[in-house]
Formats: sequence, C-alpha cells, structure tokens
Amino acid sequence: MQEELFTSGRNIPHIDPSLQIWHWPISTYLFLGGLAAGILFFAALFYVLGKEKQYPTAVKLATVISPIALSLGLIALLYDLTHKFYAWQLYTTFRIESPMSWGAWVLLIVTPLSFLWVFSYYSEIFPKWENKLQLLTKFKFLKTFELFLIKNRKYMAYALIPLTLVLGVYTGILLSAFNARPLWNNAILGPLFLVSGLSTGAAAIILLSKTTAEKHMFGKIDLVLIIVELALIVHMLMGMYAGSQVQLEAMQLLVNGEFTLMFFGFVVILGLIVPAILELIELIGYKVPVIVPALLVLLGGLIFRFVMVEAGQLTRFLY
Amino acid sequence: MRYAMVIDTLKCVGCSDCVVACQTENDVPHGYCRDWITETVDGSYPNLDLELKSERCNHCDNAPCVRCCPTGASHIVDGGIVLVTENECIGCGACIESCPYDARYQHPDGYVDKCTFCHHRLEKGQLPACVSVCPTKCMYFGDLDNPNSEVSQLLKNRKHKTLAPEAGTNPHVFYLI
Repeated sequence: MQEELFTSGRNIPHIDPSLQIWHWPISTYLFLGGLAAGILFFAALFYVLGKEKQYPTAVKLATVISPIALSLGLIALLYDLTHKFYAWQLYTTFRIESPMSWGAWVLLIVTPLSFLWVFSYYSEIFPKWENKLQLLTKFKFLKTFELFLIKNRKYMAYALIPLTLVLGVYTGILLSAFNARPLWNNAILGPLFLVSGLSTGAAAIILLSKTTAEKHMFGKIDLVLIIVELALIVHMLMGMYAGSQVQLEAMQLLVNGEFTLMFFGFVVILGLIVPAILELIELIGYKVPVIVPALLVLLGGLIFRFVMVEAGQLTRFLY
Repeated sequence: MRYAMVIDTLKCVGCSDCVVACQTENDVPHGYCRDWITETVDGSYPNLDLELKSERCNHCDNAPCVRCCPTGASHIVDGGIVLVTENECIGCGACIESCPYDARYQHPDGYVDKCTFCHHRLEKGQLPACVSVCPTKCMYFGDLDNPNSEVSQLLKNRKHKTLAPEAGTNPHVFYLI
C-alpha cells in the first residue's frame, strides 16, 4: 500500500488542475493537422503520378479543406498559448531536439503551400464564383500569379509529399517525446498518428468525391490504412503490456479504465472496424452509402486525438 | 561547478518554511509555489513509515524540459541550473508536460515559471532562500564538483536517493534516507 498526501503545493488550486494543461485546442489541432496533411499528401501524390484527371476530387476539390483546417488548427494552437504575444519567438530559432520546433517550421511552409495549391486550382474548383466575380480578369496580377503557380505545380507537389509526411508524423512525435507521460512515450505514436491522419484524409476525399471510380480507389486506400492503423494500435498496446509499471498503468487507462469505452467503443470499433467492414462490403459490390464509413473514420480520428491527449496527462512516474 | 541540493528526510519536519520563504523571495503569485512539501506514508498498519520532504525542480543534467522547449527559453546555465527566459517563453506548455516532477507552472502573466535555485542570490554569494530559512537545517546546498564541499561529503557518507531516477533525467536534488 502506498498512500501519498501533499501537505502543501499540489493541493493548492491552480497547481493541481494546471498539471493537466493540454485540452481541446491541442486535440483538435492534432486532428486538423493530420487531416490536412493526409489530404495534401494524396493531392500531391496523385498529381505527381499524373492522375489529376482520374482523381479530380483528391487533387483539386478536397484540397480546399487543407488551408481551412490548418488555419483553424493554428488558431486553436495560438489560443492555447499562455504567452501569446511572444509566439514569434518560435521563428527566431530552430531546435532540432524539440518536435514542437519542427512542427512550427513545417507549418510555416505547409500552410502557405496549401493556400497556393488551392489558388492554382481556383478557377477549376469554383468556376461559378470566377464567372460571377471575374477576379482573374479584373486583376491582371492574379492571373499572372495563377499561371506562375500552374507552371510550378510540379515543384509544389514534390515539396508537399515529404513535408506533409513530416507534418503527419510530428503530430504524434510531439506527444511521444514526453517521457514524463508514459502513455505517450512510445515510438509507435508518430507512425500511428501519421497513418490515422492519412486515413482521415482519404475519408474526407471519399466524402467529397462524385465518381464511383474515385470513391472505390480511396475506399481501398482507406481500408489498407485502417488495417495498418489497427495493427499499430495492437503494437502500441503490446509494447505497453511488455513495459514497466508506469506503462502498465498507462495501458490500464485504455483497456480497463476510464477511457476504455471511448477508446475501444468509439475509436477502435466505431472509428476503425465498422468503417473497414462497410468499405469492404461496398468494394465487394453491395450498396453502402459511403458517407457513413467516411464520417465514422473522421469522427474516430477526432476522438482518438482527444483520448490520447486527455489520458496521456493522467499518466506519470510514480515516486 | 555543479550545484546540487541535499535534503535530509530524517530531519525534515514538514513545516513549509521553505515554501513560504521561496514565495516571499521570488514574489511567487498567490496560489502557486516553486517548492512544496510531500508527506508519504508507506507500509500497512501498524508498520508504517512516514517520510517528509521538500520537493522542487531537480535541475536535471538530462533535462526533458530543455529538450522539448521549441524556442530555447528553457536553458541550462553555469552550475547546471535550469532557467526560463520569460520573454522567450511562448507558454506552450511542452516543458510542463515533459517534467516527471511536475515542477513547473504557468505564471498568471503567461510564461512558465519554476525554481531557479535562487540564481539571483547565488550570484551574491548567498544560499537559496529555502535553504537559508530551514529551521531544522535539513537542507544543504553546494558544489558537487568540489569533493570537499558539504554536499559532496554528505552524499559520500550517507545513504541517499533521487526522485524517479528511472526517468533518466539525472536529477540534482538528493534526499538523505
């Protein structure tokens, strides 16, 4: 039996609750960052592969989500900072050991690139707007800029492929770098968040896609990603099961504790297994409204971030 | 030069004088603290073991807070003291999440604050406020690199421990047991 009582310090208001300092802005950002990274990765990849005409939603329409998601994510991040007016300090240095520094710099490049990518397709994605507003005809420099972007789209795509992968991995490594939080402190979290981000990206493309061929293609991609993600989750739990006492206790939160229902019910079953089965049934040829598995994957991805962020902060070293 | 603190858990009575001294010396905002007392009861009745000790930032050699800081606001100065530069800190909380000792807090002004080993007093040749006020004289402070210093001698001759050594942080607050 071990009983611990703090006679001073941790039982003071503001100290004890503030030890759990990361809440919804961080979880939401991790989801939005992964989603934007996933969508942009597929857009750049299929552009480079020359499949622009075959998969127009992935390369064009769906990318509209990315700048919006990244902007909202950045607003959430800024909201979460307590010393906001010093946020520029992030860009006075690059700290190779700090995942957050990597993330800050990658976002500084990916966010404008996402806007430029969408702008280069502006007249194709929103022909009605363009007809009405005539922006490109009214402002010559916009037209020149658009032509410049279209000409250099290939380079944007080549840059986006590695950058979005770094962005996707970093959302996980951000958490796994904290050895003080045993639930986060496992090397699989980076790949797991990347795969989850790519999977939500594929789901968003399915949601917006109008052609069956494209829906099927991304259904297949999503199915593979879901299977990989499930395997990585099993690996994560196995790693913790074989770990030290702090990791065993961290695992208990997920498998037999207050986050079990959220984790297994909403993330694993409703967010991964059910959509995988639905996508499989759909691929075999039965009619399934694809909006259902796609929304489940997106919701599962969001809840997964919330579970990991909140549960991780309840785990700690015991002394 | 490597500063370290040694605290004798057999002499500590848990009076919290060190906590109040720190709050006064460092103008710690009301409701927060940079050091605190823990009271740990081990064992099962009637064989109980009580340990009182004063805890604070461990000024680790392998400091996870310094590693995770995205701006370099958290840094290590001469003597191995971990400090936070207020106007470089963005208040992201990465260091708070990374600390196994929960030694940091967000100051109401936004930046992250913690024990400094009273760096400003050391510069004047004075001891940290907590050490200087301890009524049972259970706290010792000095240079570990000097084998003749009081702290080196105590660690040489007495049984001691650090907190969560398994975190791999190489902490520099030692507890005599």
